[in-house]
Amino acid sequence: MRLFSPIASRVFRFYYDGFRDMSQWGRKVWIIILVKLFIIFIILKIFFFRDFLNKKYENDAQRSEYVLNQITNSNYTDD
Amino acid sequence: MIENVDMSLVDWSRAQFALTAIYHWIFVPLTLGLSFLVAMMETVYVRTGREEWKRMTRFWMTLFGINFAIGVATGIILEFEFGTNWSNYSWFVGDIFGAPLAIEGILAFFLESTFVAVMFFGWNKVSKKFHLASSWLVAIGANLSALWILVANAWMQNPVGMVFNPDTARNEMVDFWAVLFNPVAVDKFLHTIFSGFLLASVFVMGVSAWFLLKKREEWMAKRSILIASIFGLFSSLMVALTGDSSAKTLAVVQPVKFAAFEAHYTGGRNAGLTVIGLLKDSDRNIGEKKEKDFVFSIKIPNMLSIMTGGDKDVYVPGIRELVTGGNNEQNILSVEKKMENGRIALQVLNDYKNAKKANNKEQIESVRNIFRDKSFIDNYFRYFGYAFLRSPEDAIPNVPIAFYSFHLMVMLGFFFIAVCAISIFLLLRGTLQKSRWFLWIVLLSIPLAYIASESGWILAEMGRQPWIIQDLMPVSQAVSHLSVGSVMTTFILFAVLFTALLIAEVSIMIRQIKIGPKHQEE
Repeated sequence: MRLFSPIASRVFRFYYDGFRDMSQWGRKVWIIILVKLFIIFIILKIFFFRDFLNKKYENDAQRSEYVLNQITNSNYTDD
Repeated sequence: MIENVDMSLVDWSRAQFALTAIYHWIFVPLTLGLSFLVAMMETVYVRTGREEWKRMTRFWMTLFGINFAIGVATGIILEFEFGTNWSNYSWFVGDIFGAPLAIEGILAFFLESTFVAVMFFGWNKVSKKFHLASSWLVAIGANLSALWILVANAWMQNPVGMVFNPDTARNEMVDFWAVLFNPVAVDKFLHTIFSGFLLASVFVMGVSAWFLLKKREEWMAKRSILIASIFGLFSSLMVALTGDSSAKTLAVVQPVKFAAFEAHYTGGRNAGLTVIGLLKDSDRNIGEKKEKDFVFSIKIPNMLSIMTGGDKDVYVPGIRELVTGGNNEQNILSVEKKMENGRIALQVLNDYKNAKKANNKEQIESVRNIFRDKSFIDNYFRYFGYAFLRSPEDAIPNVPIAFYSFHLMVMLGFFFIAVCAISIFLLLRGTLQKSRWFLWIVLLSIPLAYIASESGWILAEMGRQPWIIQDLMPVSQAVSHLSVGSVMTTFILFAVLFTALLIAEVSIMIRQIKIGPKHQEE
């Protein structure tokens, strides 16, 4: 732990100073990154892009059965 | 195609994926190439110790950073779409897609995120050599990330190294090295990264040309053009070389796509390569689809045969033979025969499904054994997707899109070879600055590089149609049963989000370019 702490502290300091002394364009793109990540992971993922099979079925066996039905769904089989 | 799938759902899902992929690809190639150019410039700085090189490196690093930051995570949306819009496909591909994408995620996170921070925050905080090593590692990491994505895409073009497990309805990877060294993956990776290097070179040359036209930052602009034009010339020649190798591979693994991008309908020996041409509907049909004729074309005699097999006497099958089947000498399996074989594979899978429902253990085991049989895999299951085609001509992609995207890409590729070569020539003669006409051409080439790059992807993906996984799964089978309205909504959301990101990128970049390297130390 003693050995780790100075390294962790230096790493923290490195990032802290980096963000603190960031240029104007850097601040702008970080705002864009944060807004983008919010839209992608909060709005899009939660409200629009829930995993279709995970949402519909509880376990892999049910998912397998569903997909098996889907990929064997053709007018050319006897089924 | 199967009749119970709403084609408008398929079309909207495709349009949504295409929109996301096209926008995502606006950001990626510049990152791939500019990272290397920045690392090269920094290497000169570290070796010479001259501050001008440091300013120059920091200027291009700023533009790299803007592009990187705006583009980062835009590819995640494609992964969301796999799970939501293409659930059958996502399940069917199993760990083959998951494994390369997971490696990509880890690489991207650890290599890029760590060393990008050193690149931008580390000036004056770490040693020159450590900073330089970080810049090179960012470049290598970004390109290695691309490798895994391209390996996954190559598997869709040429599925290898897996077996289908009827129990889970998934393909399972049995040979990681076959997936990694899939000939399509090797060609695609090299072709794609070199095209990224070329695009970045054109970008650096174009921006530098603007400085020269404005008579600003001439020292930096001339050296930037020199490095970028040498890197660009090398990359453009490699793009041509890997493109040739890629075409040879496609002629074997995706012959219909290969014939489509040359609009090569009638097979034969001494086949000519079309340099340029204009297509129109023909009087001849393949099934219900009209063939295409050339209104005019310029061809290099024998070249298609030579490029495909190294000899002008090599037979190159046309779309017609590939669909209807060749004679015995040509040994081409017709699409109709593939449809028959695919339906047999489908019937076996249905038998398995019914045996499971009836809990008939003997039959379950018997069908499992069929799926382990190499002869069944090679002769029947490999054509599984053909079971869902309504008629043989469904196997033909949109020929005009494949033809025009291919020829546009190739023509622009040769144009860039010329631009880079002329640029080096004028620099060596010392007349680049006076050649304002050429500087304008270089500046206006920036959007052309993006058009060429996107054309390559349009060819790769549209040329593979009707397949999402070549021969195994048509696009119509892969789609999730969502409401068309919800897919349209997300399409519009993406169009707005990505357009906003693009506008943000372009405006911040233009501002930083106008500021120039003077204030990069801030």
